[in-house]
Amino acid sequence: MAEPKAGANQPHADKSKTVKKSQIEVAAHEIAEHLKKGRADYIEARLEESWGSTIGYRGRVLETIGKSSSVGGSIRALVRGGWGFTSFNNLEELDSRVKLAIAQARAVGKEKSQLADIAPAQAKLRLSPGHNPLTVPLTHKKELLDRYNEIIWATSKLQTSIIRYGDARKKTIFLNSEGAFIEQERADVTLNVSAIASNSHDVQQANLSTGSPGDYAAIAKLDDEIASVATRASNLLAAPHLPGGKYTVVLDPILAGVFVHEAFGHLSEADHVCENPELRSLMRLGKCFGPRTLNIVDGAKVKGLRGSYLYDDEGVPATKTYLIKDGILTGRLHSRETAAKMGEPASGNARALSYRHPPIVRMTNTYIESGQADFQDMIADIKEGVYAVNWYGGTTSMEMFTFSAGEAYMIRNGHLAEMIKPVVLSGNVFTTLANIDAIGCDLAFNQGGGCGKGGQSPLPVSNGSPHIRLQKCLVGGKA
Amino acid sequence: MNSEHQDHDLDKLEAILIQALKACEAAEVFLAKEEEIPIHLEAGRVRGIRSRQSQTVALRVFLDGRLGYAAGNDLADGRTLIESALETAAFGARADFSLPPPAPTPAPEIFDAAVPKVTLDAMLAQVQALADDLVRHTPGLICEGRVSRESLTVSIVNSAGLAQSYARTEYGLAVEGVLTRGTDMLFVGDELSSCCVLNDCTPLRESVFRQLTWSSQTARISAGKLPAIFLPYGVASALLAPLTAGLNGKLVLEKASPLAGKEGRKLTDNKFSLIDDATLPHRPTSRPFDDEGVPSRRCPLIENGVLAGFYYDLRTAALAGKKSTGHGRRAPGQPAPAPSALVIPAGQTSLDDLLSDIKEGLIIEQVMGATQGNVLAGDFSGNVLLGYKIENGKIVGRVKDTVISGNVYTLLNDIVAVGSGGRWVGELFTPPLFFPALSVASQR
Repeated sequence: MAEPKAGANQPHADKSKTVKKSQIEVAAHEIAEHLKKGRADYIEARLEESWGSTIGYRGRVLETIGKSSSVGGSIRALVRGGWGFTSFNNLEELDSRVKLAIAQARAVGKEKSQLADIAPAQAKLRLSPGHNPLTVPLTHKKELLDRYNEIIWATSKLQTSIIRYGDARKKTIFLNSEGAFIEQERADVTLNVSAIASNSHDVQQANLSTGSPGDYAAIAKLDDEIASVATRASNLLAAPHLPGGKYTVVLDPILAGVFVHEAFGHLSEADHVCENPELRSLMRLGKCFGPRTLNIVDGAKVKGLRGSYLYDDEGVPATKTYLIKDGILTGRLHSRETAAKMGEPASGNARALSYRHPPIVRMTNTYIESGQADFQDMIADIKEGVYAVNWYGGTTSMEMFTFSAGEAYMIRNGHLAEMIKPVVLSGNVFTTLANIDAIGCDLAFNQGGGCGKGGQSPLPVSNGSPHIRLQKCLVGGKA
Repeated sequence: MNSEHQDHDLDKLEAILIQALKACEAAEVFLAKEEEIPIHLEAGRVRGIRSRQSQTVALRVFLDGRLGYAAGNDLADGRTLIESALETAAFGARADFSLPPPAPTPAPEIFDAAVPKVTLDAMLAQVQALADDLVRHTPGLICEGRVSRESLTVSIVNSAGLAQSYARTEYGLAVEGVLTRGTDMLFVGDELSSCCVLNDCTPLRESVFRQLTWSSQTARISAGKLPAIFLPYGVASALLAPLTAGLNGKLVLEKASPLAGKEGRKLTDNKFSLIDDATLPHRPTSRPFDDEGVPSRRCPLIENGVLAGFYYDLRTAALAGKKSTGHGRRAPGQPAPAPSALVIPAGQTSLDDLLSDIKEGLIIEQVMGATQGNVLAGDFSGNVLLGYKIENGKIVGRVKDTVISGNVYTLLNDIVAVGSGGRWVGELFTPPLFFPALSVASQR
């Protein structure tokens, strides 16, 4: 995808644009001059243009349809370890914006600035063909969603349904005082479908949440999945509640992906560990965290997923990082600052939700690698357990995490048994990985949802796993 | 009352409106301008200062009886906005409502001219002093903090003749402490917000000191049904989301709310009431009118246990045969019904009195992930991020590895007591609530 920086008069890949430089290109070249003069240890700028559309259905009718666009930028400066950050969507008086960021940094800087060394990159990365959802006419999108809605409404007992489609294309220019100048285009497509069923005394819902890094076709053939969402919602009305307690739980790849994100991914983010001496000693590289069959990876370099990119929002090349290898803690996720402070390699995990936010340490594509176990063998010796499938949500405090299944079934005497109401699972980050006693051979990725941290949400990420089995998992229940 | 800036903005919106009306029957232009300075404290020190300037302009058009929408941030580029809105109107929902004409609006006190004038140095010193106090109280505590000031102006014009704007300020102060001992992590924290400058950090400091004191020991709690007291953050983190979903006029209209058709019927214990009131002074979610220009008013939702009504925006109200209650909110995107400032009126019983009768029970300070369950049906289920065990009327320590579950409507039907006092937690004012039996699951 990378190619040399284009001259000013080269035609754009985007047919709708002419040779004229865009607003943000003009601004970027002006800022480049200001960065040379700025008196700070480090300064960077991000400029962003984005376009998006949303379509929402409630029940049988299309309720909202809209288009949006946005232009903006931000400047971040580092002076003696202190950061100044200013964001704006008025691209005038850029010189004073640079000065403001420096002044803010100067007001709080009291120590030595530390940033891992990175060779400044020059690159111009465009969307690959077929990955710009904005080129698909609104009529097509509406026809697709109408079809999905028809499928949902073919199911009886349904009270209502909610469909939310969103797409975005974003062009970002990153430049810094070290000479980096990176233009990147990214795109994102999301689809959320909820079917809501009710009877006189209960309301139940089932959801599908999926997406792609810009490929519209990826959400265009989900007829079967949509039909099963609707059926599931109405079946849930009759499903019993599970009494709360400790169970052996088998997670499907989608839910296990959410599990690895919440139960371990966040703890691997170096900004949590860096300034907390207790946590730092607890998270010493080389420490055993799980069974020898356990391998956990995070990497934007893994291609074609919603968390994939080539350069992060500090201009650091993407990598693939083993967080856990053979059960041993071997790596973590870094920004340039945390990498320098901890003396570990920069991993290219500094990400900003948009120009309105500074980059912070984030996950990208996080997954458990495939193991050997077969699903039938995994449930064969479970007398009473839970098979938890699909996902609804998840969150973590760093020590404790919870995540919820979109659907769940009992496992009885080695066989899948009755459907139960969806369950919320909870555990301790430091001990739960050790309770994984079987890892399947069927790695699959969850492309839905998004990650929230430090007020930046939802950030496109993906997570994945094969089926896994957890012993002694705490399950909430009303009974 | 408008500033020159606001009048100037209204003129620009009028210009877009006039252009748009050349191609459609009716239209509305909305503008929100924000300036915010948040200062973040990380690991006990202020490590950065941020400043944010942003504006959003949104246009709704009614074309051939259908609704179109576009948003952007360039006030000067009305043309793109109008073109995009007209394009979407071809597919849009039926515009079954009309835009509101001018009407008298309340004037809640939501602007403090002192807020934009607070110096960065003063903000820095305030959040640093707060963190230092906490570390002095509990050495080893790692503090994160945030102090911020914000100014917002909202302007709206429509083809029914409405042209109005308001300005609001907000000052926020938050602190969170983590104490790590081996693999045990304790999380404490609190936050305050107001439209006025918050000079006094005492309530925040006292609240965190109390959490640290009550957590100084750990205690094992039995699993099963236990008496439970939800403190204000507990109410906000576990019970609020299912309740506001159930009262949402849109979910009621779709009959996806279990409360549909139950207006005027008894819903909860008669000790419980819930009111939404965007006219309350000094609250960052108060405003003279909502994001569709409908005047704000006090809106009882549950009165002494009886379901008094639901909250609506313009479109939902029209479809339901009701009037908008002034609850259209763009968050961001197109308006939808959302609560503003919610109040659960306090009762008479002090926390000590609530405690005294409990042999074994749970106090819930903060719940994590409670809204991941079947919120629509009123269910909640989450990990007790911070909670304490009550034994023979006394708080004996913090509980761990504990999950609570329940249904908000079942729970609210049987309230032992509504506590006295109360406080704001974000958009909710609530006292402590005491319930006789809550499902508790525990790792022990």
